[in-house]
Amino acid sequence: MSTGNMNLTLKVWRQKNSQTAGKFVTYKAEGISEDMSFLEMLDVVNESLTKKNDEPIYFDHDCREGICGSCSLYINGHPHGPKKAITTCQLHMRTFSDGETITIEPWRSAAFPVIKDLGTDRSAFDRIQQAGGFISVNTGGAQDANAILIPKVVADEAFNSATCIGCGACVAACKNASAMLFVSAKITQLGLLPQGQPERYSRVQAMVAQMDEEGFGNCTNTGACEAECPKEITLTNIARMNNDFFSAKLFREEHAHDHTGGE
Amino acid sequence: MSEFKQTFNSSLGKKLIMALTGLFLCTFLIVHLGGNLLLFKHDQGFAFNSYANFLTHFPPIEVIAYILYISIIVHAVYALVLTLKNRSARPVGYAVQPKSDASWSSKNMGLLGSILLLFIVIHMSDFWFSYKYDNVLKFKEYRTDLATNVTTVGEYVPQVADFERSISTENNVEIVRVKDIHARVQESFSKLWYVAFYVIAIAAVAFHLLHGFQSAFRTLGWVHRKYQPIVYFFGTWFFGVIIPIGFALMPIYYFYLSLNK
Amino acid sequence: MSLDAKIPQGPLAEKWSKHKFNLKLVNPANKRKYDVIIVGTGLAGASAAASLAELGYNVKSFCFQDSPRRAHSIAAQGGINAAKNYQNDGDSVYRLFYDTIKGGDYRAREGNVYRLAEVSVNIIDQCVAQGVPFAREYGGLLDNRSFGGSQVSRTFYARGQTGQQLLLGAYSALNRQIHLGKVKMYTRTEMLDVVTIDGQAKGIVTRNLKTGEIETHAGHAVLLATGGYGNVFYLSTNAIGSNVTAAWRAHKRGAFFANPCYTQIHPTCIPVTGDHQSKLTLMSESLRNDGRVWAPKTVEVANKLQKKEITAAQVKEDERDYFLERKYPSFGNLVPRDVASRNAKEMSDEGRGVGTTGLAVYLDFAEAIQRLGEDTVRAKYGNLFDMYYQITDENPYKQPMRIYPAVHYTMGGLWVDYNLSTNVPGLYAMGECNFSDHGANRLGASALMQGLSDGYFVIPYTLGDYLATIGPKPVDKNHPAFEKTKQEVIAYNNKLLALKGNKTVVEYHRELGHIMWEYCGMARTEEGLTHAKGLIKALKADFWKNAIVTGENDEVNAALERAGRVADFIELGELMVTDALARRESCGGHFRLESQTPEGEALRDDENFAFVSAWEFKGEDQEEELHKEELIFENVKLSQRSYK
Repeated sequence: MSTGNMNLTLKVWRQKNSQTAGKFVTYKAEGISEDMSFLEMLDVVNESLTKKNDEPIYFDHDCREGICGSCSLYINGHPHGPKKAITTCQLHMRTFSDGETITIEPWRSAAFPVIKDLGTDRSAFDRIQQAGGFISVNTGGAQDANAILIPKVVADEAFNSATCIGCGACVAACKNASAMLFVSAKITQLGLLPQGQPERYSRVQAMVAQMDEEGFGNCTNTGACEAECPKEITLTNIARMNNDFFSAKLFREEHAHDHTGGE
Repeated sequence: MSEFKQTFNSSLGKKLIMALTGLFLCTFLIVHLGGNLLLFKHDQGFAFNSYANFLTHFPPIEVIAYILYISIIVHAVYALVLTLKNRSARPVGYAVQPKSDASWSSKNMGLLGSILLLFIVIHMSDFWFSYKYDNVLKFKEYRTDLATNVTTVGEYVPQVADFERSISTENNVEIVRVKDIHARVQESFSKLWYVAFYVIAIAAVAFHLLHGFQSAFRTLGWVHRKYQPIVYFFGTWFFGVIIPIGFALMPIYYFYLSLNK
Repeated sequence: MSLDAKIPQGPLAEKWSKHKFNLKLVNPANKRKYDVIIVGTGLAGASAAASLAELGYNVKSFCFQDSPRRAHSIAAQGGINAAKNYQNDGDSVYRLFYDTIKGGDYRAREGNVYRLAEVSVNIIDQCVAQGVPFAREYGGLLDNRSFGGSQVSRTFYARGQTGQQLLLGAYSALNRQIHLGKVKMYTRTEMLDVVTIDGQAKGIVTRNLKTGEIETHAGHAVLLATGGYGNVFYLSTNAIGSNVTAAWRAHKRGAFFANPCYTQIHPTCIPVTGDHQSKLTLMSESLRNDGRVWAPKTVEVANKLQKKEITAAQVKEDERDYFLERKYPSFGNLVPRDVASRNAKEMSDEGRGVGTTGLAVYLDFAEAIQRLGEDTVRAKYGNLFDMYYQITDENPYKQPMRIYPAVHYTMGGLWVDYNLSTNVPGLYAMGECNFSDHGANRLGASALMQGLSDGYFVIPYTLGDYLATIGPKPVDKNHPAFEKTKQEVIAYNNKLLALKGNKTVVEYHRELGHIMWEYCGMARTEEGLTHAKGLIKALKADFWKNAIVTGENDEVNAALERAGRVADFIELGELMVTDALARRESCGGHFRLESQTPEGEALRDDENFAFVSAWEFKGEDQEEELHKEELIFENVKLSQRSYK
């Protein structure tokens, strides 16, 4: 299925499962078209491996249009590759040149153990969201949508934070493997909106506590997360989270468990 | 109390401590530089020696000094704790080092901080410790004619072993006898390697604060679209440039003086 | 077997409220004695799981992705309809109902569609309360945009990421219930079969995608919210993982599959560039609010464009054919999707297509940029323009987008009654997975509405009725049916793993896609469909002989996952062709060349085909049996759809 004329050398991390040690294996990717996405290039490699009855390279992927947050490759020193504001599935081979060697690694974080090859377990993110990334409103209990007035600038700002796709590139990029950009994006989104106010100070405590429990590193405001985030979530979110957290801890009555009525 | 403990044990709490101690140390730098500017006065160390004496003998300042020492230790210890924690958050590293856009200083705060800690130890033992506890420093006597305001300087040999200082007025002449730390400054900064070490350390201060000052504001959550540029400007130009240049000029100036002696 | 849709009697506007009153309730204290299994965590699945858990049921929720947030609802772009009439432009529940029935070419149930329109307003309220950041006007009120097939602005949106924001809202509600212990979440877990006991659904068999372990789960009811089957075409706007397996295996356990041939081909997608392509990317319908669709008037100009001798900008105004505006002056570029798609295909068939393949038409923003300014256009559609640029390396601010229709949504799915119950008691289907409320063509911004309607506002009522009927007695997990079904799944997987031929599963999938697109795509004929059926049968036989499935069961094995899904797609493909053959009329997305008006529009045959086709599985390699559910129209008059 050669449709192009790029030939590349891939150094790919192969690891059978979380218990076994992994290593880099070198593959040739031949006849690659520059119109292919990075994942389609890997598809080509996998097809040829399959034909030889070798095990194809495992990587997480799904929507292939940059929104589901599944794909997660660390390519030549960049999460989601060298281009700004896109995910791996949106990275096209025209970004690379013929003959290039590309090193592909999984996200590296104690909180994201490798499950196979380039796929990692990011369920820590879900657990953080479960700890408090919500507004407690039961179905059917809502008032008319237009009864809550939200200034456009606030709605837009909340939206910007809400665009996080939970891919984990922030953790992968951070020299400390910190998850604070991810965590703060949700805290900021809900903390800016009027609907999120009642639980604002309990939420931040609950989510930060869970984040700490998962074993992510700390933030040193380096900004690598912001630079690599495919949705361009800004570092300001982290500052907002810090502010809410200190307000909550030092000046507010709410506890983390006030969030969901005890635990 | 356990709630406070919980707060400061959290990741953000530790960061808060780093930020607060860091900002406190920043304010100290301003004071320290202000005092040290007296070194540029051509009075054979009269003002500087008096200032050093004042710092070590005015009780409120002594309290602040101890807070300062504690801050340095806490800042360093927490930095170490956080670094170890951050390292363990990525047990398996990358084969290709991260190439993400981030300033050099922000990625090397630990290295810069270590240089600073080493510097502080040497600096303190050379000046602070020897001033306070070593009896190697000599004394100077400054005689100021209050009528003409002319000061003359002379050596002074204390009569008693634990002599600290004295101020007296005789025949309209003010006599100030103090430890001569200024001489120590002159002596130290006449050595090229010592000056070089100071300049490197001060450069480390510059890079440390280039990131550290604005980072502390981020950690505290004091980030606002309207004020952020001011914090950046202040952090870059004041703490990253002006203060370090001020500090660096002293050893260089004294080295220059020593060459022309 | 007769199909009873259980549409309540009485006036249209009262059906749902009366029905809700008539449904049995489960005592609050008894709710915790019921276990409910929900497969899929998209808009329908996540909203149902959260809502049922809030009521007090014990919910077990399953998804094959690594997180419930990654379900493909996340990718919906344009918006969600609701009859709020915030814009004071004459919208109403009845108008939304009417537009949807008409848009679906009169092949949907009146009762269902009216209910959908009715609860649409609650959905917006619910989502806003959850913190979904819909677009706002400067006064702080919600903003709306227009979508195809309607003349009012009733679409609520969050830039070009409405699906993402709605799903994250539902995901947050789900997370809250997981936190409270009312939902047990199983990620990276794929449902491979339904367990039935005495004809009632009582559980499922799953494969743990991390360990390969085959497990059984018991529940008082099984709710499928597993999405659509657009990937039967290989190339579609669906996610790579989107599959029909859960629905298909349920079908093979007795659930009828309704209207499988109704597929929606979305008119504005980025054209195919080559065989390497793994999926197609949608450009939101909202773009047709400001973009103008055109093709060159003559084949000569088109040829020059195809050979890149001239650029689009060099084509003079009088050499352009704004064919949608010309043919449908009152709806213009905002005709429904099926109509827009067919017209784009027509242009290409006439040789007037553009791009190197000739399989594209233009969507031009030059006029909008001139009228509104580039910044306004960027604010409205920036992320879509960026996405287009990433994929094509062409700047849509400077040159028109090239677009072509692509498979996007499947209106067909598991047959369900008014209560969302399949014909297998205890087995429910929600969202795109059921044959839904969209008839033969879905209007833009209605999929999100239906998914959330089913999950938030329909199933919490209707499921209770069934549960109250069967009582809270625990399901016997030791019943031999569980072990038997499990062993059948293991045997099937082993059969797949034994395939060590010479052709990859992806190659079979691509081949199936070619057959489906060629013969069961935008234009279908008796002859082509008959031919396709033979091709698919042959493909199936070949698959089970020559496919390669690498690896073992007891590990992460994407090859095995894909093989199972493709095997099911092949079987479904055959049923789609069978259904398309049986429906000798054109309606909505199902266009039979033999049945068209003199102007080339879809010509229905209401006399003979005003029914829902529900197919019954009769055994491996057996022809399926067709059951007909007559569609009764008491409120709208069936007429030739016109958007002129």
